[in-house]
Order: sequence, then C-alpha cells, then structure tokens
Amino acid sequence: MPPRQPALIEGEMLEPAPGMQPPLAVETPSGARPLVPPRPARGGGAGIVGWLRLNLFGSVGNTALTLLVLGFLALILPPFIRWAVTDATIGGTARSACTGDGACWTFIRMRLPTFFYGHYPFSEWWRVDLAAVLLGVFSAPVMRDRTRHRGLWLVLLLTLFPLLAGILLAGGLPGLPPVDTNLWGGLMLDIIIAFVTVAGSLPLGILLALGRRSQLPIVRLLAVGFIELWRGVPLLTVLFMSAVLVPLFLPNGVSVDRLIRALIALVLFNAAYMAETVRGGLQGVAAGQEEAAYSVGLRWWQVQLFVVLPQALRYVVPGLVNNIVDLFKDTTLVTIVGLFDLLGAVSQALKDPAWLGFAKEGYVFSMLVFFVCCFAMSSYGRRFEKRLRRHHSG
Amino acid sequence: MVRRPSPRAYAGQWLLLLAAAAVAWYIVSNAGDNLARRNMSFGFGFLWDVSNFDIPFRLVPWSEADTYGRALLVSFLNTIAVAACGIVAATLLGLFIGIMRLSANWLVRNIALSFVEFIRNTPQLIQIVFWYFAVLQTLPSPRQSIVLPAGMLLNIRGAYLPNAVMTPHGGLLSGLALLALAATPFLWRVRVGARRVGANALFLPVLALALFAAGVDHIDWPTLKGFNIRGGTQVPPEFVALWLGLSIYAAAFIAEIVRGSIEAISKGQSEAAQALGLKTGQRLFLIILPQALRIMVPQLTSQYLNIIKSSTLGAVVAYPEVMQIFAGTVMNQAGKEIETIIIVMAIFLAINLLTSAFMNWYNRRVALVER
Repeated sequence: MPPRQPALIEGEMLEPAPGMQPPLAVETPSGARPLVPPRPARGGGAGIVGWLRLNLFGSVGNTALTLLVLGFLALILPPFIRWAVTDATIGGTARSACTGDGACWTFIRMRLPTFFYGHYPFSEWWRVDLAAVLLGVFSAPVMRDRTRHRGLWLVLLLTLFPLLAGILLAGGLPGLPPVDTNLWGGLMLDIIIAFVTVAGSLPLGILLALGRRSQLPIVRLLAVGFIELWRGVPLLTVLFMSAVLVPLFLPNGVSVDRLIRALIALVLFNAAYMAETVRGGLQGVAAGQEEAAYSVGLRWWQVQLFVVLPQALRYVVPGLVNNIVDLFKDTTLVTIVGLFDLLGAVSQALKDPAWLGFAKEGYVFSMLVFFVCCFAMSSYGRRFEKRLRRHHSG
Repeated sequence: MVRRPSPRAYAGQWLLLLAAAAVAWYIVSNAGDNLARRNMSFGFGFLWDVSNFDIPFRLVPWSEADTYGRALLVSFLNTIAVAACGIVAATLLGLFIGIMRLSANWLVRNIALSFVEFIRNTPQLIQIVFWYFAVLQTLPSPRQSIVLPAGMLLNIRGAYLPNAVMTPHGGLLSGLALLALAATPFLWRVRVGARRVGANALFLPVLALALFAAGVDHIDWPTLKGFNIRGGTQVPPEFVALWLGLSIYAAAFIAEIVRGSIEAISKGQSEAAQALGLKTGQRLFLIILPQALRIMVPQLTSQYLNIIKSSTLGAVVAYPEVMQIFAGTVMNQAGKEIETIIIVMAIFLAINLLTSAFMNWYNRRVALVER
C-alpha cells in the first residue's frame, strides 16, 4: 500500500458514510462535489427589509447594539424636542411671552439684529447686506467647479473685494457716513475678521512655507523660528498681546484701532498654520517639475510662481479649508479682548436684566449659526478633496 | 539639491536679517520709551512680591501672603491638571467614537458621525461657555444635588467626589503603588530567555491597586449637612466646564484620527486575522490598533498640544490657570504687562517644544523599522 498523502484529499474527506447522504450534496457540472457547501450571500437581500437586516440586525450582537442605541435615543431625544420645539415659545415681544417649560426663542428673535449686525446703525444696514452680496458674487467663481480664470477671480476676491467692502462698511465717502468699528459686531464681525485673516495670512503663509524650504540658511531659520513661535503659543495669549502690548510697542501718540490690532495678531498667528499646510503641498510636488522648470531657464520666483505653487496649492485646498474653518471658529476669541462678535453679542444680551436666564437658548443658537457656516465650508472642502482624487486616479 | 542659490541671494538674506533686527529694535526701543514715560521698569523681580489675592482652586497650599512666583506655580499646576484630565478623557472618548464610526451598525456609525460633525464645526469657546453658563450654572442648589453613580454629587457648586482618607502608612503604600504602576511598561519588555514576560506584567497594576487599597483608612463620602455638602473632594464647576469643553472638542478630532488610521491599515491585515479565527475584539486590539497607533502618534501629539494650549480658554469661566492668573489678575495688580505675557507665552512654548521632542522620540520608537 502506498503511503497516504498527508494533504487533504477531496474524495476521502467528503466520502459519505455508507448509507448516509451528505447534508448538502450539490452536484457541480463536472460531477465533483465542492469542499464547502454553498451558502447564500451575506446581506439581507433587496429592499428596506434587506437594508435593515444588513445594517441594523445583521447578527445577535448587532441587534443588541441597535436596541441599545434606540433606547439611548428614546431617552434623550424626546426631552430635547419638547424643549426645543413642542414646549418652546417664539411669539410675543417680551419675556412674559415665555411661560412654558421649553426654550424661549422669543429672546433670540428679539435680539436677532444685534446678533447679525452688532450695533451697526439701522439706517446703514443695507451696506452690510450689499457687502455680503458682493462677497457671494466674488467668491462664487472661485468656488465653482468649472471656472475660467479662477486665479484671476481669486486675486480679485483677495484685493478688489476687500477694498470695496472696506469702503462700504467703514464709510467716509460722500453718501456713506463713517461708521466707527466700535459699532461693528455680531456675525458680521466674525465674517469680516475671518475674511481679512484669510486674505492676509494666506499670502504670508505661502511666503513662510517657501522660506522654510529655502536653501538660504538665514531665510530658513527666520521662517522656522516665526512658524514655531506662533504655533507654540495659544491664540488667546497672542490676542492679549495685541490688546495690551501693541500700544506699548508703538511710538508714543500713535494708536491703532482695536479691531486692526486683533486682525494683525490673527493674521500673524494663522499665517504660521497656513505655512505648515502649504509646506505639505510643496513637498507633494515632484522634484522633476522644479528641475524641468529650471532647465528651461526660469528664475527662482518664476519657478515657484508658475510651476510649483499652482500644483502645490491645488493639493492643499482641503487642508486650507480646514484652516479656514478653524480660524472662523477662533474668531469667537476676540470677544475676550473686548470686541463684540456673535458670541460677544449673545453674552451681552444674556446680561440684560429683562432677559435673564436664557443662556441655553443663546449659546445653542450661536452654536447652530456657526455650525451652519462651518459645516458648509467643511463640506466644500470634502467635495474638493473627492474631485482631486478623481482627477488624480482618472 | 535642485540648484544652488546665486551669490546675490546669499547676500540678500542678510538684508532680511537686518530688517528683522530693525523691527525688533524698533519695538524694544518704543517699549523702553513708553515704560520710562510711565515710570515703570522691566524686570522679573515682582515675582518675589507678596500677591494679596486668593486662588479659589489649587492643588498645593496657597495663602494671600504668598508671592507672585508661587502664584505662577499654583496656576501652572492648575493648567496641567485640567490639561491632563482633558487628554485622558479625550483619548478614551475619541477612541470610542472613532471605533463607533467604523461600526457595521448603521445607527451607531451615524450617531458617531453626527457627534463628530457637530462638535468639530462649532467653536470650542462657545462649547465651554455653554457647559459653564447653560449647564453647570443652572444645576440645582446643594440641597437638591443630583446623585451620580459611585457616590458622586453634582450641584451648582460643582461636582463632589468621594475622597479616600489614608492611614498613617498610606503615603508609603501609595508611593509603592505608583512605583509598581511606573514599572509596568518596563516589565512588559523584559525577556526571560527567548520569551517576553509580556502579559505577566499586568499583575503589577493589580498589585498597585491592592497596595493603594491597603493604605486607605476609610472613604469620605460627600453628604448633605445643612445647606452645604460636607466631605468628599469638591471639583469646582469652572474646572468641570473647562474639562468638558476641552475633552469633548478634542475627542471629535481624535475620533477622526482614529478612524483615518484604522482605515489606512491594509484590509488584508483584518482578513488574515479573521482567517486565523480571531474574534472582532481580538482583531481590533491585537492586530489593527497596534499598527494604527504608528500612524496616529504624530496627529495625536498635535491634538494633545491643542488641548494644553486651549486650556487658556479657562480664562472665560474664571478657572485659575496660568492665563487667567497671570495675564489677568497679576497683570492688573502688578502692572507688568510685558513680563506677564512673556512668562505665559514662554511657559506654553516650553511645554510645546518639550512635548514635541518627547513625541518625536516616542514616534521613532514605535515607527516601523524599514530595511
């Protein structure tokens, strides 16, 4: 008898015991029986029931998890909905309108203008609205998927638009009475601060990123020192510096508007973060691109401006959008140094003796406003990222 | 190197240095003028002056007769305390949410997604003031304290935790317990012959727990006496609000880091582990997470540094950390604007640089050795 092979031999393993049928004998066309009996595909099949089975009740553990989560939701959602919707009040004009146990949205409704315009005079609101429309007009071509001359539009958005909006908002021309920045406030101030910060810190950040990759030792050292200094300290200390120290650093008698001081601090601080994002993109550009550009005789700045940066900046748009979302959220910190942004407006409204005790409504509302703005921006960033990936693979 | 910069560029960089130096000199000379005009001087001697203010929350003894220097120590420890608690909580919550994000269960996955999206897209400062003014300040008075599990109480004056009172030998025993805990990671790597001691090292934390328990005389439960809570340890609402704000915000970011790192691990790893018959939990904790950790470490570092830096936001709820005490109280009292801001910035810069250095070292250790 030849030695038995240790390996598994099909026929032997599946040989049914005499007089017994294998549990699931399926005849394949060739006549050989498969090793493992076939099973239906995982997943519950088509339709809602199938989806439910696949996603919620796939196994015992999964079903238990689903029930646990449903129980948790049943615990927290109804009280929340009762507070925010069912028992809430939105009508009326005074505190006395809010008698129920739910939220008092009347408070928010009455204060809405301050939350959006700050103390900007009512007769001049149209200037803020017009500036907002202009922002939309200038940024739409930059954001759209297919745009000719996107770079040109970007430059216009960062130069012409701030000029127009600045003249509109600050005034001082015939027909446009000046409005002091002390009166600017609410969400409008958050958006202004965020826009100016982006417009200032993006170019500075690009310069810093180029400096950090420079072969000139002193340039590199200065760039690294600048970037690491701002990235190492909390934003709040930087804002305090702008509020308390900048007046000390300027010659006697020279004073700078509080808003402008905060803006300078925010630009310097965020430039360091933008620089790190841009540096990531610069590293992603293949070295051959630069070599080729030099070999056709371009100078350093031409290579960077026409060859490296256009490619690098495309890669880092999602990262830059993240930076912008972060700095937009950080604009709320200016309320600590005495500027009157949305959070400042809400906090001040909460101190009004006529409307005490609506902290929950006030902060939930401001969170929602920020959520809408930031979520829209993050979604745009994600969409852009997907598009990049598609272009890359396709 | 693509191309050497021209000699002109090398010369030009000195101009840049000159410009930077000129700006620095301009600032320093202006500051000097302004200080002289106000009859003020620059110097850190004020740190030895008596402070005359109270710090409501502290980990080490403090009295109003102590110096500004000691105030720095007290507030620094407060910063470290809230940041450390925040880092631990954010890591655990972030890991949990990150794993939820990858669940096969649609409901679990999407609840985690909504949490992450909502928290990440709202300002941290509003979250902190929300916790403080909208939640903790609306809690009931001590008489109607909310009873939490494990004997904890929650009311408008903060959270009350049970406190372990130690016997006279308690200090020594808990010292030994700490030693045992600290030795655990080292024992983990010890080899006996060809075998690692590995899991046997886990007896050390158990020993530490036993040692600590042996040192406990009795547990001081917080209880209502009259109009206030007696016993236990009071954690002020400022701490709780800041801690919640720091850890929940960072947890949302950490969850995304965890998810991203796990997704970056090749699917084959998970399938191979499944083929070997490992269960879901084993697959996650023995195969996937140890590998994902390598990708996570640098990103986690920057999140931890963010938590430390964001602890300055405690200033809005008057939590006595470095920013609030130094750039607030001390600056107003001693009038040393430049010095106090320099001190606060230097502290955070130092923490940042040290943490980065440590994490880089750790990162090199866990990094894949490439041949």
